[in-house]
Amino acid sequence: MTTFAELPAGFADKVLSAQTTFRSVMDAMARPGSVHCITSAAGTPPGMMRGTAAIALTLFDHDTPLWLDPRMSEASEVAKWLKFHTSAPVVSDPSICSFALIANAEELPELDRFSFGTNEYPDRSTTLILQVESLREGLAFELRGPGIDGTAVLQARIEPLDLFARLAINAALFPRGIDVVLVADDAIVAIPRTTRLVAEGD
Amino acid sequence: MYVAVKGGERAIENAHRLLAHERRGDRDVAEVSLAQISEQLSLGVDRVMTEGSLYDRELAALAIKQARGDMIEAIFLVRAFRATLPRFGATEPVDTGKMEVRRRISATFKDIPGGQILGPTFDYTHRLLDPQLAEGAVPEWPATSEAPSTAMPRVTDILGRDGLIEPAPRADADTPVGDLTREPLSFPADRDLRLQNLARADEGFLLALGYSSQRGYGRNHPFAGEIRLGEVEVEFLAEDVGFAVPLGPITLTECQMVNQFKGSATEAPCFTRGYGLAFGHSERKTMSMALVDRTLRARELGEEVLAPAQDEEFVMSHSDNVQATGFVEHLKLPHYVDFQSELGLLRKLRKEFGDNAQGSPPMQEAAE
Amino acid sequence: MNAPTYNFAYLDEQTKRMIRRAILKAIAIPGYQVPFASREMPMPYGWGTGGVQVTAAILGHDDVLKVISDDTTNAISIRKFFAKTAGVATTTSTADATVIQTRHRIPESTLHAGQVLVYQVPIPEPLRFLEPRETETRRMHALGEYGLMHVKLYEDIARFGHIATSYAYPVKVNARYVMDPSPTPKFDNPKMDNCAALQLFGAGREKRIYAIPPHTSVVSLDFEDHPFTRYRFDAPCALCGADESYLDEIVTDDKGGRMFVCSDTDYCETRQSQGHRGSESAAPHKERAHG
Repeated sequence: MTTFAELPAGFADKVLSAQTTFRSVMDAMARPGSVHCITSAAGTPPGMMRGTAAIALTLFDHDTPLWLDPRMSEASEVAKWLKFHTSAPVVSDPSICSFALIANAEELPELDRFSFGTNEYPDRSTTLILQVESLREGLAFELRGPGIDGTAVLQARIEPLDLFARLAINAALFPRGIDVVLVADDAIVAIPRTTRLVAEGD
Repeated sequence: MYVAVKGGERAIENAHRLLAHERRGDRDVAEVSLAQISEQLSLGVDRVMTEGSLYDRELAALAIKQARGDMIEAIFLVRAFRATLPRFGATEPVDTGKMEVRRRISATFKDIPGGQILGPTFDYTHRLLDPQLAEGAVPEWPATSEAPSTAMPRVTDILGRDGLIEPAPRADADTPVGDLTREPLSFPADRDLRLQNLARADEGFLLALGYSSQRGYGRNHPFAGEIRLGEVEVEFLAEDVGFAVPLGPITLTECQMVNQFKGSATEAPCFTRGYGLAFGHSERKTMSMALVDRTLRARELGEEVLAPAQDEEFVMSHSDNVQATGFVEHLKLPHYVDFQSELGLLRKLRKEFGDNAQGSPPMQEAAE
Repeated sequence: MNAPTYNFAYLDEQTKRMIRRAILKAIAIPGYQVPFASREMPMPYGWGTGGVQVTAAILGHDDVLKVISDDTTNAISIRKFFAKTAGVATTTSTADATVIQTRHRIPESTLHAGQVLVYQVPIPEPLRFLEPRETETRRMHALGEYGLMHVKLYEDIARFGHIATSYAYPVKVNARYVMDPSPTPKFDNPKMDNCAALQLFGAGREKRIYAIPPHTSVVSLDFEDHPFTRYRFDAPCALCGADESYLDEIVTDDKGGRMFVCSDTDYCETRQSQGHRGSESAAPHKERAHG
């Protein structure tokens, strides 16, 4: 059993790393579809990608209930690491979570299990952190929306294959909606609820 | 030739230097010490601690000195400092029933178990300026006697035993206590957030609102069930040892108001409560707080909201004097850009007014 | 008594996290005011604490900070605050800045993708003066029900012949939320539309953060028969001759003497260094609609 002393470390320089990681996530959210690289170093428990770990150390704390998908939950070090470094409470009900960590993207639950916020408080919604295969090669997704000058093309290997079809619900429910951060190792791409898929191809 | 105004930085530095000089005053006059402020202006220190929301006499005294006696400025200093402090968690609720009481009065009964203890109060003094206090007066030592061993049950508990007063409103034990310094306030707000807001609120604002309720703006026939002043122990639950560790005593003033009886088709009428609590010796504050606590309960007690003191959003949005003074005083900042826009619009409108008066058609807008 | 030590950019990490999360949701919902638990800052509420908290949450070692209006006491005070608590480089040059905190103006020079513009906002709620209750305005935003605002604007037209709002002119963002752009002159509104930079808005006392992502539509409210127009004094800048910039009026004597100079001093000085000159004479009191 891993003791706390043996757990992978958090950020070496908490203040600096949290700031640079945040700027990457902020820029990613402000310019959907663009790829950003997380440069801050942190220990990562098995099952968690470097980008996910950095985002967790930057944004999670006592006030952010977390939902872990079965694969993340099964990785025992992940829960311990999260508790030690972030104190974020892990909840079993995804409809009340601030962040959902998905290690097995193929088995992503139906989006309506998460929180979409309310019309009065659309900000009280889940942010999905989805670990995927690649954000540099794969299918071409043409995107438009706030943050994008005209259209942008994201090349990625993403699961579930119908992710963007599922996210189309954001258009119907706006301002309520789900915001997504895709992570592939240390690369991240953000898809806020305002982003729309124009076309998909090879 | 016109040269744009520069040198703002040097102006600020010189202003700070001048402020420090004026703060010190005549250098032949002895400097006031923090101990003197804490001991001899103690009620001022109590107010700064209460509205600054931080129990530390020395820091509050320093704030008063740095603020040159401006209480709201001092409260601001304490709040800004408080915002930088790490939080360990919440203490156990203090038990004012176990207070080491130095003053305890009730207006509802002539005599009560434990008795009426006047304590150190201005109440029955004659407000005549006393020149003997100007310098060198040495007050007599107070009379002493054995401390009575009789218990001092709360008046509200005495009334409660016969069901004459509503039970203290209980929050859901599983719901965490709200904290408006950590989450943004939204309306309607529950009583825990309302009481926190009132505890930090400007004494003058609450005083006026409480007074207005007595004069008919949301009247609910208050009686001072009990006011008590004294020391209580603060305890913190240390998770690793599994029990509550005492941190030390603090001085608190508590006021329980007993208010108009209510009833419904299904419940017999009984008195209702208003509650006030403050650091140090702060009677005016706790009494006003208790009055406004009660008026703000209008919604949950099914009373019509007609008066400002009953208007939750109005009271809670304007009770914080640090916020209020910030915004009022921000009018001193340069506003020439927006003023310029208004000037332009005004000149245009005046010209059109003049044209119309002379019978000429209004100027066409040369839009591009 | 122990002297307090302060974290980088003053705010503790827990506060920064809370503000950072609010910023991310604000970007995902353009124009929507995200509530946040504003902290007491060492400067008073109403003096830019919202902008300061947003800047403090995003600022890093490599940033270069500009605070508008550069040479006023308030901007100097804020700039010194960040120089002291973050050790960050500061500048008066718009082109060199990566983070620009502003009160009341948008720079004349076009902003680019590497920049963030942080606005100080006193009253974030565009409907506040029409409806004082937060519970009501929140409902209006939830339903996209902005009839109250349109009625007010139309009443202005009926009474004055135009919309009588000259600054903090309300806009519609991403065709959904009506937003208060902060007390910038309406002359500046078009700069917010399809801007290459990220725009963040902080209201400390009112405890709201909102955002406009880059390349997002921002449209000033108007009517078909009374379209939005910008107004500017009909004169070139007395120092640099610019006739496209917003002008400050300087009173030069007590006999009605006036001159008009660029409000954006960096823009004006850059133009002067490029050889442009103005007349340095007082301009006529005439206002001209500017496209």
